[in-house]
Amino acid sequence: MTSTTTARTGAPTDVRPHRRHRPHWVPYLPYLVPGLIAFVVVIGIPFATNIVYSFQKWKGGMAPRTWVGLDNYAALMHDEQFWTSFRNSISMIVAMVVIPTLIGLVLAAVLFDYLGKKFGAQASSVLRATYYLPQILPVAVAGVLWNWILNSQTGALNEILRNLGVDNPPNWLGSTTTAMPSVMLVLVWVQIGYPVVIFMAALQRVDPELYEAAELDGAGWSRRFRAITVPQIRPEVFVVVLTCTVAALKVFGPIYVLTRGGPEGSTIVPSYYSYLNFFDKSKVGYGAAVANILTLVILVVAGLILWAQARSERKEAGPR
Amino acid sequence: MTAPTVTPPVIPPAAPVLTSRPDARHHRGTARWFVLLGAVVVAVLILVPFLIMALNAFKSPTDYSQNGPLSWPTSFYTDGVTAFWTRVNFPEKLWNSIFISGIVALLGTLLSLLNAYAIGVGRIKGRLWVVTLFLLATMLPQESLIYPLFTMAQNVGLSNSPWSVIIIFTVIQSAFGTYLLSSVLGTFPPALLEAAALDGASRWQVLWRVVFPVVRPTLSVLLIFFFIWTWNEFFIPLVMLTSNSTQTIPVALASLQGDRMMDAPTTNAGALISLLPAVLFFLLFQRTLTRGVTAGAVK
Repeated sequence: MTSTTTARTGAPTDVRPHRRHRPHWVPYLPYLVPGLIAFVVVIGIPFATNIVYSFQKWKGGMAPRTWVGLDNYAALMHDEQFWTSFRNSISMIVAMVVIPTLIGLVLAAVLFDYLGKKFGAQASSVLRATYYLPQILPVAVAGVLWNWILNSQTGALNEILRNLGVDNPPNWLGSTTTAMPSVMLVLVWVQIGYPVVIFMAALQRVDPELYEAAELDGAGWSRRFRAITVPQIRPEVFVVVLTCTVAALKVFGPIYVLTRGGPEGSTIVPSYYSYLNFFDKSKVGYGAAVANILTLVILVVAGLILWAQARSERKEAGPR
Repeated sequence: MTAPTVTPPVIPPAAPVLTSRPDARHHRGTARWFVLLGAVVVAVLILVPFLIMALNAFKSPTDYSQNGPLSWPTSFYTDGVTAFWTRVNFPEKLWNSIFISGIVALLGTLLSLLNAYAIGVGRIKGRLWVVTLFLLATMLPQESLIYPLFTMAQNVGLSNSPWSVIIIFTVIQSAFGTYLLSSVLGTFPPALLEAAALDGASRWQVLWRVVFPVVRPTLSVLLIFFFIWTWNEFFIPLVMLTSNSTQTIPVALASLQGDRMMDAPTTNAGALISLLPAVLFFLLFQRTLTRGVTAGAVK
């Protein structure tokens, strides 16, 4: 993703010849100073401080802080909740990345390459806007709505099921077997519009002649989907996978308003577990350690995705 | 792509799409209606929660328990709306959200522009490192910053102040904005800069008279995005804004969860009122937004 900036390092930039004695970029430094100071104060220092916290035992506030070295991290290794939270991150990735990306690819291709042509651009843009609607809401508000819909006693879903003659409808968010699938369903609903919009925009830069030629050759929709649509918009697929995976690992709001990690910790995620330790259990050092591991996992996963992207780009460029 | 195997049962319409084999071109007349039906079914599934919400926001609790969530309200019941409105003092929360998001959008865009001017146009040394640093910052989980930020805010007397949230989000949003704008300004036409330099314009003048007008469309996209992102934020406002009077809309709604007054109509009315500003904003700026989503994706 940084390729745009790297690629331009060699460009001629000396626009101001009268500044010959010092490098041309020095006079621009003052423009970066406010941003850098703000960055250091709001992100740099807190991030470093959080690492320091993670080596301490501290109940927060005026309580004494004792240095415990790696004890917090060692304790994490034997903490069942901690491991559950990261296992649940995989479910979050399935619900926020895998399913939305796959469905998004199909929907975007159908809207662009099929419905848009058969029923007009108007129809496909109305559908696209509808898919995107959940994306614009505050996710906490969407969560509150779904929390009510899925409520076992007064929720809309179980009211409907009871009217249909189901005597004991499931306690969707309250039972360990259904809570995680229910949360995942809500997240798919929230996420689905994002890949559709990105992929449809990406398809607009694909040369329409490719599709026309394929159609003349008798390639059906699914052939065109595999041979043209997916390979052509691969860069956007990587962008969606990267941004959504990072978002899935960070997810907090939906869990907070839907289940608070329950029942019995079955839907706990790393960010919520960290929050719980910080502000509920007053185990600041421990919460900081959870947050740092999460940071590490995010950076490693993002690095892997960027590496995979670079490799696939090289492969693309290779045979030519 | 083996989409059907991973497609969850909730979203069936992907199936008819993939059944359109090459020979379907002979039956195109009917096939296309099935595909349209599939796409519409997905749209309806996405809309159903909204429809149920709108239907039950104006239904009395007894009407709800007797006739269920799908019936038309027997009478136009507005107690839910007024109960929620007065209980959370909605105008106050609306103003908090507008104030915080508005200032963050302005300051965040300004900071992004200044940073990107130095990086993209000024080509300062080590710019790749700076951009990478900002990009990494956008990936950080907020949990790894929150406790130190919380303590810092207390130390400087900004605890429970909207300004703590404004400062934090200005920096977080501008990290992304700098990354995006730097690559845009990295391709800024050098001819324009040279012409301005020949006219004797200072760097400050070049920024506001040459660069700013050219990148204004991108800046307006950033502005709108920063506004919406900040509006929708939950975690940091939840932690930093500890009293009722400083809360933003999402935090106010979420903190009423489990409250006894939140019966079905009040919950729905609350959700409805809380998401209306977002929807209105979306409708107003739909064009700019769809352009912006794209701008973000293709760098």
